[in-house]
Amino acid sequence: MHEMALTESLVELIEDEGRKQGFSRVRVVRLEIGALGGVDGEAIRFCFEAVARGTLVEGAAIDIRVAPGEGWCLDCAKTIEMYERFGACPECGRHHVQVAAGDDLRLKELEVE
Amino acid sequence: MCTVCGCGTSSVEGDTAHDHDHAHDHEHPHDHQHHHHHYHHHHDHEHEAHEHADAHSADAASIDFGAGAAGVHVAGLSQERILRIERDILGKNNDYAARNRARFARSRSFALNFVSSPGSGKTSLLVRAISDLRGRFPIAVIEGDQQTSNDAERIRGAGAPAVQINTGKGCHLDAHMVGHSLEKLKLEPGGLLFIENVGNLVCPAAFDLGEAHKVVVLSVTEGEDKPLKYPEMFAVSDLMLINKADLLPHLDFDVSQCIANALRINPDLQTLLVSAKTGEGLPAFYAWLEGRAARWARANAPTAVAE
Repeated sequence: MHEMALTESLVELIEDEGRKQGFSRVRVVRLEIGALGGVDGEAIRFCFEAVARGTLVEGAAIDIRVAPGEGWCLDCAKTIEMYERFGACPECGRHHVQVAAGDDLRLKELEVE
Repeated sequence: MCTVCGCGTSSVEGDTAHDHDHAHDHEHPHDHQHHHHHYHHHHDHEHEAHEHADAHSADAASIDFGAGAAGVHVAGLSQERILRIERDILGKNNDYAARNRARFARSRSFALNFVSSPGSGKTSLLVRAISDLRGRFPIAVIEGDQQTSNDAERIRGAGAPAVQINTGKGCHLDAHMVGHSLEKLKLEPGGLLFIENVGNLVCPAAFDLGEAHKVVVLSVTEGEDKPLKYPEMFAVSDLMLINKADLLPHLDFDVSQCIANALRINPDLQTLLVSAKTGEGLPAFYAWLEGRAARWARANAPTAVAE
C-alpha cells in the first residue's frame, strides 16, 4: 500500500533531521515496521531508491526490522505476539484477540557522516 | 509527486493560489548538486584502509573520509555517527490530522471519513443522506478523487456545499490536503462534514484525516471475503455499511458471513445493511450518526477542548 507516499515522508523526515543535526550523508537507515501495519518492507526498498535520488540519503542501505504485533487474548487473559491482523491466539487457537500494538512504521536510527 | 504533503500533483478544485507555500520542503535538488561535487572530487584516495566502514554502503568508492565535520580522518576513529531518531513516519500526517481535529472541535463539526473500493456507492449514499438530513443538520462535503469534479457536482446538486480534491497520482487523501480544502469550506456549528475518500480499500486506512470516525462502505456485489482480503480498512473503521442491499435477491452474497469476517478483523465494528437506492436501512445509519455526533459533541464541548 502507498509505500511511495510513506517513503517520501521518510526521506523528508531524514532531510529535516539532516538540517537539525547537521549531517550531509546517510549510510544506513534503520526502520522498524510493525507486523500488523500492512506496510511491505520490500516495497519500501523499491521506492526508496527512486525517492532517495538526489537527496542526502542517496545510496544509503536500508535495514528493516519487522516488529511483532501485540494482542490481548480475551480467553487467555494475556498478551500474545501476533503476526497477522486476524491471527488466532497461539495458545488457545481462538480469535478473541484484540490488537494492542504493532502497526507502527518508525525511523529508528540513522548512521550518518 | 509529493503525495504526503499534497503538493505537486494534487489540486483543490478552483484553487489557483495553491502552490505558494510548498516550496519549503524541496531544497533537495540543491543538496544533490552539492553532495555530488563533494564526493566525486575525492573519490579515489584512502580507499583500501577503510573497508570496515563501508560495509553498508553501495558506493564505497565515492566516500571521502576527510570530508566530515572534523575535516580529518584518524585511523580507527570513524566520523560516522549513529543517531537515534525514533520518529513515526506518519507523524507529519498525524500532526496535520490533529490540527484538523482541533479545527473540527472549534467549529463543532462532526466529521466522518467514508472509505471503500471504487464503485461501492459512497457518493450515492452521501447524496441520499444529504437530501434526508439537510433539514436537521448543515452538511458540507469534501470529495476526494484522482481526477474530475463529477462527485462534487453531484453533491452540490443535492444541496450541500462541496470541495473537490483531485489527488492526481495519489491513492488516498491525507490530512494536509483536507486542511487545505477546509479553507474553502464554511463549517457551520453543529454541522456534519462528510469526507469521501479516494475509492481504494487499502491506502486510505493509514491516513488519519482528523475525522471522528471512519465509515467503510462495502457493496454486496463485491464479495463477503473483502474484510479478510483488505483487513486494514476494516480494522480502522467504526462502522461498516453494507450497501446495495436491493441487489441481494440477485446475488449469492452471504451477509452474515460478511459480518462474521469483519468481526474477526475488528470485534468493535458495527454493521448496517443499507441501500442508497431504496433507502432501506438508512434510518438506522442516521440514528447511528446522530448518536455518535451527540457523543462527540459532549466529548468536545468547548471547555474540554485543549487548543
